Amino acid sequence: MDLTWSESEEAFRAEAREWLAANVPREPLPSGDTREGFARHLEWERKLFEARWAVVSWPKEYGGRDASLWEWLIFEEEYYRAGAPQRVTQNGIFLLAPTLFEFGTKEQRDTLLPRMAAAEDLWCQGWSEPGAGSDLAGIRSRAERDDEAGGWRLTGQKTWTTRGAFCTHLFGLFRTDPTAQRHRGLTYFLVPLDSPGVTVRGFERLDGDEGFAEVFFDNVFVPDSAVLGEVNQGWQVAMATTGSERGLTLRSPGRFLRAAERLVELAQAHPEAATDPLVDRITEVWMQAQAYQLFTLAQVTDIVEGRPPGPRSSLNKLYWSELDVRLHEAALELLGPQGQTDNPWSRGFLFSLAGPIYAGTNEIQRNIVAERVLGLPRK
Amino acid sequence: MRFALTAEQQDLRDVVHELVERLCPPAVVRSAPDTPAVDELSRALAEVGVPGLLLPERCGGLGLDENYLVPLLTETGWAAVPLPVLETAGVAPAVLEAAGLADRLLADGIAVAADPAGSGLVRFAPRATLLLTGGWGGSGPITVVSLSDAHREPVAAVDPAAHLCRVGAPTVLGVVDDPRVVELAWQRGVLGAAAQLIGLSRRMLEMTVEYVGSRTQFGVPVGSFQAVKHHLADALLQVEFAAPAVARAGFSLATDSPERDRDVSLAKALASEAARRVARTAIQCHGAIGYTTEYDLHLYAKRAWALAADWGSAAWHRARIARHLGLAHTGTLPVH
Repeated sequence: MDLTWSESEEAFRAEAREWLAANVPREPLPSGDTREGFARHLEWERKLFEARWAVVSWPKEYGGRDASLWEWLIFEEEYYRAGAPQRVTQNGIFLLAPTLFEFGTKEQRDTLLPRMAAAEDLWCQGWSEPGAGSDLAGIRSRAERDDEAGGWRLTGQKTWTTRGAFCTHLFGLFRTDPTAQRHRGLTYFLVPLDSPGVTVRGFERLDGDEGFAEVFFDNVFVPDSAVLGEVNQGWQVAMATTGSERGLTLRSPGRFLRAAERLVELAQAHPEAATDPLVDRITEVWMQAQAYQLFTLAQVTDIVEGRPPGPRSSLNKLYWSELDVRLHEAALELLGPQGQTDNPWSRGFLFSLAGPIYAGTNEIQRNIVAERVLGLPRK
Repeated sequence: MRFALTAEQQDLRDVVHELVERLCPPAVVRSAPDTPAVDELSRALAEVGVPGLLLPERCGGLGLDENYLVPLLTETGWAAVPLPVLETAGVAPAVLEAAGLADRLLADGIAVAADPAGSGLVRFAPRATLLLTGGWGGSGPITVVSLSDAHREPVAAVDPAAHLCRVGAPTVLGVVDDPRVVELAWQRGVLGAAAQLIGLSRRMLEMTVEYVGSRTQFGVPVGSFQAVKHHLADALLQVEFAAPAVARAGFSLATDSPERDRDVSLAKALASEAARRVARTAIQCHGAIGYTTEYDLHLYAKRAWALAADWGSAAWHRARIARHLGLAHTGTLPVH
């Protein structure tokens, strides 16, 4: 039991803190899920990349620092403490990249990872379809073999694609063997969105941002090199990414620790609104942010010592997503009538409502926890 | 950074788990305090060094720290051991050492009770030889009294296995008012209660998972229904996120962290809420059998309710944390 950081970890923290203090934009950027905001965020992403802070845990050859998981957590803490912008590259660097490291060919890694780290290629996720949300294995978009051209032809529709309207590439699942059982016969494809036959239509989300998209594929050709992992093994490949999305990588504790501190500061600034019952709820939110951090530290210890979290990553997702909603609800109560304006807390509240839905709804997560962590019968 | 038990701490946990699983089945939890089975349980816990765990080696103890206390009390909580383990192993060492009574700790087995609120109500009183009164919130004097010739009046209680008594006319052996000792005794008591609540929660969840996996209705196990699954997933979530907070509080006490008071309050508040949630869920998911006293679940639920409310309730500790955060509660902290 040792909850202290080593000297080199403290030095890493100091370096990150110093760079962030000097470089984080003074004024918050407009939302990265608007067209204008996205462009401003890309400037920030490229600045991070040039200073080698974009992908700290990746190998140096791909633009990272070979940072340990512990150092990554430290960086995330410092990143949010500094009030740095949201990461519009996150679906690529946190979801696709771990899958590329695990399943990609050397050629795929060498061509795709450096461009992803530099925010030259911008990746969105193509999983959900109009008829397949929670029931992901029910997807119908298909890929048909084109032997003559040496590749595949994609047909179908993806939807709820975050920042799809601004991205350049999509990673997604397509059915390659229509005769196989649902989870089999799927293949993981990497698709440039400027391929002939792709149509992207952006639409507005609950929070007013237009970064959502549906993506149509009409006989879109991709070469064999666009397949990640084995043909018909897409489900297994995709599940590796799902673990990342639900677990540590997308929602590091630093984000919630900082948000909870800001909530406490907001309560101190509004003593007239901070009634005892509300103070109690705010305290509870702060406590839950602490609990999330501590759970994560135990989980990282397990990972470092060779005990992967597996289905327990669903516990992370349930906890942070519900914590995020409660946190913003409390902030809006403190703000009273000011809460109805477009401000960081009201935007954060609207965004928090997506958390219990994306990356597998919390109802699906509870099924996973019950069946695969507690061992309750499936049927 | 390594947030997990060391090999030695795991060994202690495993030894205690095996011991209480063997010597403290539900029948022993239900038994009268003077039965041979409870004698044997008390003796076995004393033999592995439970009373002297935190006592310095120069006083004849094991000289270990709170990182060991947490796994120990989690396991005795899991078994609902009908003895004052948290009081003896957690609260007593610093107080009795300060009062010059450390030898009593090692001589009497699991036999020190505590009444931090001065409520006059004492759990596990029939077997206790010493009682520590006062020190609520980590301040004020703690009085050490002998129960050998004191009057012990049984009180009808929610948890019959706690053998609650009202104690009268005890002999005062000493008063400890060193603020560091009183604070430490309180914080260890809070930590110990939190650890036992984690163990109790895990036990109730285990029983419930087993039950809903075998009980069938409509031709299928009731645990296959989504309503039941979601209840249990939520209950597990509370426990899994409270347990690391309890472990961290142990580390904060062991390292004398400036945040230790805040950290033990965090542990107790989360563990109390988790245990209450699990008890409610466990009874509901069992259905009517969970509402009987013939079935064993109630033994663990009743212990959890008592501990959740003692050593500062969840609300009490949240109020304490709010102060640490500089959030002004208008109310004053009640005595209990």
